Amino acid sequence: MSEHSKSSPLKMYFGIWITLLVCTYVTYKAAFIELGRFNAAVALGIATLKATLVALFFMHVWHASEKLTKLVVIAALFFLLLLLGLTMSDYATRLWS
Amino acid sequence: MQDNANTSSFTAVHDHHGEAHAAHNPALLHHFAEPQQQRDAASLGMWVFLATEVMFFGGLFCAYLIYRRWYFPDFAAASKSIDATLGATNTAVLICSSLTVVLAVWAAQTARRTLLILMLGITMLLGLAFLGIKGVEYKDKFEEHHVPGASFSFDHVPVPGHPGEFANPRHAQMFFSLYFVMTGLHALHMIIGLGIFTWLLIMAWKGRFTPEWHTPVEIGGLYWHFVDIVWIYLFPLLYLIDRHP
Repeated sequence: MSEHSKSSPLKMYFGIWITLLVCTYVTYKAAFIELGRFNAAVALGIATLKATLVALFFMHVWHASEKLTKLVVIAALFFLLLLLGLTMSDYATRLWS
Repeated sequence: MQDNANTSSFTAVHDHHGEAHAAHNPALLHHFAEPQQQRDAASLGMWVFLATEVMFFGGLFCAYLIYRRWYFPDFAAASKSIDATLGATNTAVLICSSLTVVLAVWAAQTARRTLLILMLGITMLLGLAFLGIKGVEYKDKFEEHHVPGASFSFDHVPVPGHPGEFANPRHAQMFFSLYFVMTGLHALHMIIGLGIFTWLLIMAWKGRFTPEWHTPVEIGGLYWHFVDIVWIYLFPLLYLIDRHP
């Protein structure tokens, strides 16, 4: 923990917790509304927001004193996007059927 | 406290090995300059492990996305047969457990032993609740013959939004294969997490964790949060494909 978070971080933890619960409720409710192709976009967008909040504040990436931690996180995401992005762009642009 | 650690490590570097031990902070290993560096090294190591876990689950998510593109109507029909309320409840359960984990880490940092034990205990109860709800879900799937294999059956299940069309059982079986592999491996991670937390609880009970040294609580917490993040993606992808009437 760095200097400025010496004061109790509890308020922030509970704030993130409430936000995550509200996001879960919104995802659940939005899934039952007809949004066409935006249903998937909303679901994945909210999931990404939740995952980011957990990583940054519960897993302390935001306040990480070691910059290498951030590098490892970014590298992991980069290779995940490489895997998903290249594979899906291949499947999406070929005439498979 | 920080000053203390710095002086002792300074001595450790300049003294002979034998004498260094005497002046050494017992929580600080030899090859680290100060407690902060030791903590950073441990959590960096955990993050590297989590990066491999990202790729492990990433392959499964990739397979899921390909089949979802190919068999979208069948995936939507199969997804609709799972209880979304149970899935949402489990998401809430895991989010609450992430809060108790972060509170446990805070309790360890601030030398609150009772709170630490309490938070580790509640986290484990929430983990068990998650697995219990998951068990109810699996039981439903077994009874409905939705488990891939010889007795699999998914006949005359309508495709959402396409009246008169039925899902292809072979394609739906692919959804359930992915569903069981992904949720099953996630559940296995939860069980391993419960094992880790049992050990943390015993250590906390014995009073082994101090503000200077509580690395296992921190990196065990990182693991638990990661498993939570995997579920945050599994929930919308498996339970909420095409729900609207």
